[in-house]
Amino acid sequence: MDADHIEQTAPHIAMTDAGWRAPGAGEQPATGSVSLAVLGSGGAGSMRAGEILLEVAAEAGFFGLMTRSMGPQIRGGEAAALLRLSTAPVSSPDDHFDLLIALDWGNFAGFAAELPLAPGSLVLTDPAEGEVPATVLASGARIAQLPLKELARKVANGRTNMVALGAAAALIGLPAELVVAVLASQFGRKGEAVLAASAAALRLGAEAATGLPAVPRLGAPRQDGAARWNISGNQATGLGALKGGVKFVAAYPITPATEVLEWLAPALEKTGGRLVQAEDELAAINMTIGASFAGTPSLTATSGPGLALMVEALGLAVASETPLVVVDVMRGGPSTGIPTKSEQTDLNIAVYGLHGDAPHLVLAPNAVGDCLSTAHWAVSLAETLQTPAIVLSDQALGQSRAILAPPAPLPATAPRLTPVPDQVEYNRYAVTESGVSPMAIPGMPGTAYVADGLEHTERGTPSAQAAAHQTQLDKRARKLDGFDFGARWADLEGEGDIALITWGSVTGPAREAAERARARGQRVRLISLRLLLPAQPEKMHAALAGVRRALVVEQSHGRQFHKYLRSFYDLPAEVAVIARPGPLPIRPAEILERLAAWESVR
Amino acid sequence: MNDMAVLTASDFKSDTKPIWCPGCGDFSVLTALTKALAELARPREQVALISGIGCSSRIPAYTRVYGLHGVHGRALAVAAGVKLANPDLTVIAAGGDGDGLSIGGNHFLHACRRNVDMTYVLMDNQVYGMTKGQASPTTAPEWCESKLTPHGTGVSPVAPLHLALASGVNFFARGFAGKPNELAALILAGIAHPGFSVIHVLSPCVTFRPEQRGWKSVVHASDAPPASDPAEALARYAGDDGFTTGILYQADRAPFLPAHTSDLTAEDFAAGFAVRGGEMAAVADRGQA
Repeated sequence: MDADHIEQTAPHIAMTDAGWRAPGAGEQPATGSVSLAVLGSGGAGSMRAGEILLEVAAEAGFFGLMTRSMGPQIRGGEAAALLRLSTAPVSSPDDHFDLLIALDWGNFAGFAAELPLAPGSLVLTDPAEGEVPATVLASGARIAQLPLKELARKVANGRTNMVALGAAAALIGLPAELVVAVLASQFGRKGEAVLAASAAALRLGAEAATGLPAVPRLGAPRQDGAARWNISGNQATGLGALKGGVKFVAAYPITPATEVLEWLAPALEKTGGRLVQAEDELAAINMTIGASFAGTPSLTATSGPGLALMVEALGLAVASETPLVVVDVMRGGPSTGIPTKSEQTDLNIAVYGLHGDAPHLVLAPNAVGDCLSTAHWAVSLAETLQTPAIVLSDQALGQSRAILAPPAPLPATAPRLTPVPDQVEYNRYAVTESGVSPMAIPGMPGTAYVADGLEHTERGTPSAQAAAHQTQLDKRARKLDGFDFGARWADLEGEGDIALITWGSVTGPAREAAERARARGQRVRLISLRLLLPAQPEKMHAALAGVRRALVVEQSHGRQFHKYLRSFYDLPAEVAVIARPGPLPIRPAEILERLAAWESVR
Repeated sequence: MNDMAVLTASDFKSDTKPIWCPGCGDFSVLTALTKALAELARPREQVALISGIGCSSRIPAYTRVYGLHGVHGRALAVAAGVKLANPDLTVIAAGGDGDGLSIGGNHFLHACRRNVDMTYVLMDNQVYGMTKGQASPTTAPEWCESKLTPHGTGVSPVAPLHLALASGVNFFARGFAGKPNELAALILAGIAHPGFSVIHVLSPCVTFRPEQRGWKSVVHASDAPPASDPAEALARYAGDDGFTTGILYQADRAPFLPAHTSDLTAEDFAAGFAVRGGEMAAVADRGQA
């Protein structure tokens, strides 16, 4: 950090120790959260600006969530960083954006529907980038001009995204010095010229912001000194896998799961593990099976099309009782669908996609931080129950970045149940009360066996006899049916005769809607399922005790979650469903509106 | 028991009766494989035999080493996972021409490229036996004994040797089930050679390809030392009739095994996500002061 440099450039924003100051005259009152979008053509730097802003907010003591909206193009398509910064932990987008900064309007039509504005919103447009789109004008938002290009040209190598970053930070109450400090920490010593250009550009943006209409400013950050993390959902999944004990990953790149692999590759290399880029998803899951058979907790990560290729081998993992974890970071489907945007529509294939009667685990994280806990839990359950686990994350979790409280750690994964060595007659698939049989690992003497996808006897010898099939089906089902999954199966919050039932990334908006409903006096409980298979009917029965109405919320055109609930659980007599396909996120106000309809008929 | 005593080939055979037809070449492959394992003299628990689906893929159950009988076509992927997870194991994949070159063809070429230190016993009978006699990828185009292709396949067969060479294989030998002692020596040489070794075994199907009984009179041993340069090998074997036996190619590419250390723990990586918080704000404050 070059302190002299900062001093010379005479910052005009006063700071407290935490980098925050009270609103001044003419400013809007401080608020709990501010939502802003930085958009532009891919390559214009909107994502970079968003990531820096998120980190600045983190350093200033705030919480936040940044989701991404991107087209399929590698460069030149539409790209928007969608941020919500907050004084408290946040896991949902807000109903609209308070501030929208357009670096350009080039591909605006590609994601206009994902950028809701309200009459109080402020839209900053560069006069050099042409007219403001009619849909933006129609929203009633306030429009103000910010000459990004002109300002950027005043600085050698100045970039418009840095001007926009300076303006955005100033408008919502984040000091320019902190932005410079964050940039300096990222560039290091090598980037002094780049840093100087960026710092000058963002100061010009911050100065220009003083003449702009006000937007809500962030209230005082928490000063409790509690630890916070800046992490993406896909990174959290990778870390959860690592903490769960995964030492082998084989995978094939696919959007939006690739970041899980990119994070795990160097992490495994330094923690005694290995990652292999396979030739396709068929190889990936079969390598994973091989590594697990050899005694190593193993994982692969993919998205819907890759999961479709893996389901045959998942049947093998069930039949041969080989533990493994498949992370599916869901995207719009079917087929190639919308690879860069989120949807909750691989639920059916995860739950029902396997051939034969194939008891397995399906889990779903419901927040960015929960990606860590659920990945860890999945590894632990797969290892304990010797069965495959599918983890359904999605693009809205995986490619989002959050400032959050570190997730509470889970207990370390217990070692696999292994046999005593040198048995006269080792039965790999011995019938046990729990259904879990001691699993020999290659290298253990006297317990060699053949893991088989053919139906088999207790010893593992292939058998087409009815009795062997019945016995082994019973045993494999019993492993899951008889296991106590504890309280982690779902998040249960609140009381009342109305239940919001949801899962995955939609939990964030549902949770916020429930909180707002409670604040206005409506008693609402939230049920967010984390364990989808095996279903937990007794626990759900208890969770729904006293509930007269249920509102199911999901991001699926075909109501996959609602149908799933219908097939495994008894729901209250009155059920309403909010089911919408991706890529539009479901926002708290939509849920609240449906809840309000029930309130009025009470 | 711990296999410290000297083991014979029969110690590597299980008591499970093979499903193979009388006269099947795969019986001899089992004999050759177990002979090779006895000569390898590693404890049984240090060997993993991995297969897919097909008549020949049943072979793990007929041995007494660790085995995995998986899904159709993926034996090489499973085997690579086993070896990369535990490099101390001797890993052998086994299967037929349909399993390895049709449904598993992609894995075959990438296994050649990747060069994981394992051995692939590819039992080739130019037919799908388990589904009762359809053309395989190595079947000649004019063979018309299958109800699926009554006029012949009309498509060119795969030449495993050429495919392997073009894909960067590190070791390629061809043996004949009718000569199990020679085959055992080839399997042992493949296991001993670092990297991915293909043992292409001509293993007759006497049920659906009875004419393959005549193979014993057409196989002929290579009279040259193994080629070691891919271009030279492709030129030498361009006109190969598919019945030349022996070690045909042997190169010295380093096996694939990503290096790793155990310097760090998951907690070290978790620490990297921590927000520095007050520290940086203080730095910014000093800058302003």
